[in-house]
Order: sequence, then structure tokens, then C-alpha cells
Amino acid sequence: MYSMEEQKIIKISPDEILAETVDLKNAGYRLVAISCVNKDGIELSYSFDKDYDFVHLRVNMDYDTEIESVSCFYQYAFLYENEIKELFGVKIKNITVDFNDNLYRISVKTPFNMKEEE
Amino acid sequence: MGKRTVIPFGPQHPVLPEPIHLDLVLEDEKVVEAIPQIGYIHRGLEKLVEKRDFKQYTYVAERICGICSFMHGMGYCMAVEGIMEIEVPERGKFLRTIWAEVSRIHSHLLWLGLTADAFGFESLFMHSWRLREEVLDLFEQTTGGRVIFSVCDIGGVRKDIDAEMLNTMVSVLTRMEKELRDLTDVFLNDMSVKHRTVGVGVLSKEKAQETGAVGPMARASGISVDMRTLGYAAYKHLQFEPITAEAGDSYARMEVRIGEVYQAIELIRQCVELIPEGDVITKIKGNPNGEHFIRLEQPRGEVIYYVKANGTSFLDRFRVRTPTFANVPALLETLKDCDLADVPILILTIDPCISCTER
Amino acid sequence: MSILSMTKTLFKSIVHGPYTQLYPIKPRENFERTRGSIENDIEACIFCGLCVRRCPTSALKIEKAEKLWSIERMQCIQCGYCVEVCPKKCLHMRNEYTTPNTIKVKDEYVDARVSDN
Repeated sequence: MYSMEEQKIIKISPDEILAETVDLKNAGYRLVAISCVNKDGIELSYSFDKDYDFVHLRVNMDYDTEIESVSCFYQYAFLYENEIKELFGVKIKNITVDFNDNLYRISVKTPFNMKEEE
Repeated sequence: MGKRTVIPFGPQHPVLPEPIHLDLVLEDEKVVEAIPQIGYIHRGLEKLVEKRDFKQYTYVAERICGICSFMHGMGYCMAVEGIMEIEVPERGKFLRTIWAEVSRIHSHLLWLGLTADAFGFESLFMHSWRLREEVLDLFEQTTGGRVIFSVCDIGGVRKDIDAEMLNTMVSVLTRMEKELRDLTDVFLNDMSVKHRTVGVGVLSKEKAQETGAVGPMARASGISVDMRTLGYAAYKHLQFEPITAEAGDSYARMEVRIGEVYQAIELIRQCVELIPEGDVITKIKGNPNGEHFIRLEQPRGEVIYYVKANGTSFLDRFRVRTPTFANVPALLETLKDCDLADVPILILTIDPCISCTER
Repeated sequence: MSILSMTKTLFKSIVHGPYTQLYPIKPRENFERTRGSIENDIEACIFCGLCVRRCPTSALKIEKAEKLWSIERMQCIQCGYCVEVCPKKCLHMRNEYTTPNTIKVKDEYVDARVSDN
């Protein structure tokens, strides 16, 4: 039979991110990855894991919405958030270590989100 | 308190110690803080998914990195299979497992050699790579390539290994295992090696959890986390336990990786015994539509693949979160309070792969 | 803890002799499956263009009118996808590599036969 890991995706709104993250953190989950998709707006997926239980928080928002950084709970989130900020131009505020778009050495601004210029 | 000095470290050669740039803030000889900067080999491979159709991208996905190339191809294929709900034939799954484990041996031997080189043990480096050479020959005999295999496809694998070749593989690996015992003795018991690794760069269990370390880095700190226990591919049929160590120093990381080489050889033996006859690939029809997350255990640790498709032959998004990306914060943690002379070894002990990290 | 633990391996190496080969004098033999280079049996080719469309690196080109099939050797990544999709099975993977070069090499295959009608 078809046997793959279950996909648990929980949809939340951009302002709920801190509350949901802190709940997961208190439950002992670790942050696995933050992924971003640019398709008719920004779609962020925060993936968490605890004892092989894999959950994703899904945030859908438009390009201008600002989102709070989760790096205050998970310090190591700063790398993911800097990357997303730099490649997609997502507005993430209050990252603990903010590289100000200097993590990657790229010649164009937000290369993964160049719709406006085209 | 001494005077603070900032020493720029790297970027260096893409094999290892990898093109990562660190600004090391020193107080006398001690590192107080390290600030990373990457981006020297960012190729935008994730973006390329919009320009190549999902079947062509199998070959691009493999080329994210030259060491875990098989697993990158496999992870991408598994994610697409997850969307399209394709069941890979059992033989295909076993073959994937065999190649994945051979990749692990190849990667760990490469790493062991480079570590030996980093602490200045040139002949140990040469001998580790001599053993690795035989593994590469096995790859070339079975897949046709030494580092890029182009053998994994959506729905299964493109080439079969016959019974004779499987037995040759086991006998080559058994001989190699014997020779590796001699080298293991040097790695784990030699005074000069221990002098450079024991107690260097200690990452406690709490810190490892706090920094989100994965793979051998986490296992060396006593966290028993191994994605293979999820039972993807043929791992659910195999008997194994994650290898862990308690100390969390460079020596423990070496111990874990050496243990995993033997474990991989044992897993290949089990695979060869259990492998069923039959097809190796299922034919696929249509285009994927949907999204899927996949987790695998690469030689360097846990890796995440995320594919989002829209029903056309071009995917919307392919995302890889590689183990090195997750291990960089742990590296920064171990670098605190270490000696300047230990920095190259510490960077090596996370087994960094910046090509993976930047994609 | 031990010292000189490497000696055993070193003595073995002395007895065994070099593990390497004197390369240009004794060339390495390729395996049967080695993915070396793509070859086209041009007389069987129908110039359908399937390989051109599928090539991930756009290394292949055809000119249907001139019955010409060409491959950019330096661009080809030997993935074998064209071989797999070829309907006439006229493409195949040789196990020998093309010679290394400092300039970009383009190989052209032309079907020189005059058609019957």
C-alpha cells in the first residue's frame, strides 16, 4: 500500500504565528525548516518536529504584510528568515541577527520574487 | 580581558573546509564570537525548477551537491511520488537503499580523510581515500557514474543490479571493512589524533537541542535522532539502531561517523539478503498536482524536500533544507571559546557542504 | 591510547606497492556501464527532435532539412535522458569519454544518404 509520512498542515493567519510557535516550543517541538513559496502572494511553511512527529504551520499573506520573526523563540531561525527575506523580499521584522540582505552574495535584489520588474 | 581582534576566515576550496566566510572575533587566542557569511556558490537551483520540467529536474536535483547526489535525486523523486501517489516497486526501493548506504560510506570516508588532513595526518588521509576509491568504482560499475549517478527516477530507479554484482559489492565491502578496522584503530586510539579531537568543540545535549543540530552532530551529543527510522525506502525491513555518542566533542563525532560506516556495510548486507525479484520502476502518467514534504537521512543529517506542483509539467516550488544549513548555528556555538588553531577542525566536524546549503 | 598505530597499515603498503596506476602509460579501463559520451547512429535517426526537447542542458540540436544532428560536448552532462526517450533507439551511451579539451567541442552527425525518391 501507499506508505508515506502523513502531511499535517495547519493553516494560521500571519498575526497568530508567535502564539502558535510558542505553543509548539513549550510542547518540546524543534523548528525544522521555514520554507517560502511565491505564488499569488507569499506562502510560508514553518515545519516542526518532535519525536518524528512532523507538523507544518502555513501562513498565507500578500507581499506587503509584515510578519513577526520567530527567532526570539528559536534562535537558529535567523538563518532561514534572513534567507527568505533576501531571496523573496518577505518583510520579516525583529530578527535577532539581521544580516540586512547580506547573507548571500547575489547581484539582483530578491531573485526569487521578480514579478514586478518583468 | 585581552584586546579584541577580528580575523577573517575563508572562503576556501569547495571540497572542504568549504567556501564559508567567518569573521572570528578573538580575545588573545580564544574565539569569542563567529559571524558567518555564505553566498559564494549560490546557483539558484531552486529557481531553475520553473524553467525545467519535473522529469528533467531529476537530473538537476542530483547536481545540488557532489557527495550526497544520490540522496538529493532520491528525495526529489520521493516528494514527487508523494504528490502523484506512486508506489515504487519493492526491488526499486531496495536498490535505492543500497545506493543510499553506499553513498553514506563514500561520504564518511571522504570526511574521515579530510579530517585526518585537517589535523595534519597526511598518510591517514591517503589511506581513507584509497578505500573510498573502491566505493567509487562500485558506483561506476552499477550506475555508470562516480559521483553523479543519474540513476534515480520518478517511480523507481533506471538501472537494475544483477545478483552477481550484488554479491561482488558485498565481498568488496567486506574486504574494505577489514582494512577499515586498521584505520579505525588509528582514528580512535592514536595518541596524536586524540590530542587534537578529544574535548575539542564540545556541544552539550542541551545546546544541540537549542541550536537545532541534526544528523551525526546531534547524535554525537547524545540525541538519538535518525530519519531512517521513519522507514522510508526499504529501511522498514532492515534492523538497525541509530548510532550515538555522549561526549559531544570532535572525537565523538568521529566515533559516530566511523560507526555509521560499519552500520552502512551491515545494512547493505541485509539488503542483498532480502532484496526481492521484480520490476525496478513504475511508469508514471500525467503531471503532479499538490504539495509534499519529505524527510531523509543524508550522511550529513536530516534533509527536507518540499515540492509544490500545479498540475502542469513545471513545478511551482522546490525547496531543500540541507543538513549543513541546520548545523551552522551549532557550529557557531562550538566555535565559542575554542582556540584559533582548532577552528579548521571544528568547521570540518559538522561535515559542512556549502554547495548544498546555498543551492 | 596508543602511539605508532599507523605502522601496521604502512608496512602493509610497503609490501603491497603503489595502489595507483601510471596513468598515461597504463590507461584505466572503463566499466561496461560507464557513462562516457553520447553516440548517434545517424542512419537510423528520424530527426524527430524528442531528444532535443528533453535534454536538460539544451546540448542537442537538429536541422531536419539538412538531416543534421549535433551535440555540444562540453554542455552534455551524460544523464542519458535522450537515450531513454529516443523512439528509434539510435542514440546510445558509449563507455568511453571524449578527449579533454580547452575549447568547446561540437560534434555534428549528418546523414549523407540521398533519399530514394
